Amino acid sequence: MIGESSMTKASYRLLVRELKLSYRHRQEVLNPLGFFVIVVTLFPLGISPDSEILRTIAPGIIWVAALLASMLSLDTLFKGDFEDGTLEQLVLSEHPLPLLVLVKVFAHWLVSGLPIILFSPLLGVSLQLPAEALQTLVITLLLGTPVLSLVGAIGMGLTVGLSKGGLLQSLLVLPLYIPVLIFAAGAVSGTMADLPIIGQIYILASILLLAISLAPIATSAALRISIG
Amino acid sequence: MFKTIKNWFHLMGSPRSFDRIAGKIIPWLIAIFTLLTLTGLYLGLVVAPTDYQQGESYRIIYIHVPTAWMSMLIYVLMAIAATVGLIWRIKVADAIASASAPIGAAFTFIALVTGSLWGKPMWGTWWVWDARLTSELILLFLYFGYMALQAAIDEPRTAARASALLAIVGVVNIPIIHYSVEWWNTLHQGATVTKIDKPSIDISMLVPLLLMTFGFKFYYAGAVLARARGLLLEREQNTNWVKEIIAND
Repeated sequence: MIGESSMTKASYRLLVRELKLSYRHRQEVLNPLGFFVIVVTLFPLGISPDSEILRTIAPGIIWVAALLASMLSLDTLFKGDFEDGTLEQLVLSEHPLPLLVLVKVFAHWLVSGLPIILFSPLLGVSLQLPAEALQTLVITLLLGTPVLSLVGAIGMGLTVGLSKGGLLQSLLVLPLYIPVLIFAAGAVSGTMADLPIIGQIYILASILLLAISLAPIATSAALRISIG
Repeated sequence: MFKTIKNWFHLMGSPRSFDRIAGKIIPWLIAIFTLLTLTGLYLGLVVAPTDYQQGESYRIIYIHVPTAWMSMLIYVLMAIAATVGLIWRIKVADAIASASAPIGAAFTFIALVTGSLWGKPMWGTWWVWDARLTSELILLFLYFGYMALQAAIDEPRTAARASALLAIVGVVNIPIIHYSVEWWNTLHQGATVTKIDKPSIDISMLVPLLLMTFGFKFYYAGAVLARARGLLLEREQNTNWVKEIIAND
């Protein structure tokens, strides 16, 4: 019989392990952030430095960059654990796999999603976003990036055993990111147009709840299939 | 009654009898498809009157609308077959799921092409980021993802199981994607056929449309059985019944 406390303990230990591992690969943790900043920088260079144009496209640019950064950073979510056999141990463990997956995704979001969110207002300012829009941007990122990590984890689970996963993942995962992109970027643009955006925020929040409750189950199933 | 259904499922679950039965019904399905589609095309392109607003160019709906319906229906059927295969581990269901994907992708592609051909005279441009066209495009990506995942995994059992899971995730997401795209932009003309009580389409235009719709369903049935048959023969090539078939040919 597994007590609730041992489940909490296992989750906590897994979380600490993940964070420790990330801390020891600090460079890797910074990569998604670097990618995010560079991608956003490319747009003004490619389109126009005109502040009116930049302000119009800023929500989309920042969100698309965040989406790509999140997807690329997820590549490391299960890969290392798969290669050294840890993942097999997690699957075999007495604790429910969806819970462990949730912990892993949360740890991953803390080190890859959170820095992006903290950095986003700065990029927003550089793209001439007004202050209220920056606030909405941060809120939508807080609600949206965990969804990206959770949904992306399903795709990573399916491709973890494949050596040629990279481009395949984008085909699997990006279509599923579309709703988040639409509502989040829509909310930021809406703020600039003085429209009520509470609807989009609620929808993002409900998508987040849906993802928290369902995605770990799908990811666990994917991992079991991949491990065989 | 229940027993007959159960027996039928057992029969269809075995690749060998599936191969035999499918071989018998495929020609019928294709014959019905040809009949319905040719009649539909004749009624639609020759007999049906010219639209008072859109002129002759509206006639592309006889291809565009049925293919768009098929593209969505096939994804759902594919996900159902994949789920059956995932849960009960029925090889025939796996084969039907993976056989459905290229057919569904082809229908989606035709729907996109005809939609854009229709858009040129109607909207004056080849491509409009309208809700339904965009949804179709995303659906095409979902099909591609499914097929790419299946192609990437060498072991057929694992490939079937992994892509089945992806199809289920896709089916859960399709309504969310669809409504988010809908919310994002609505420019397309409203639905004209789904109003059951009083369709805003004339009966002389509706009949060919329905004929084409049913014709395409028979095409899908015939094509999916033929493809699934081929897949099963390939996967079961080391079993005795396949060797017997080859020896008798």
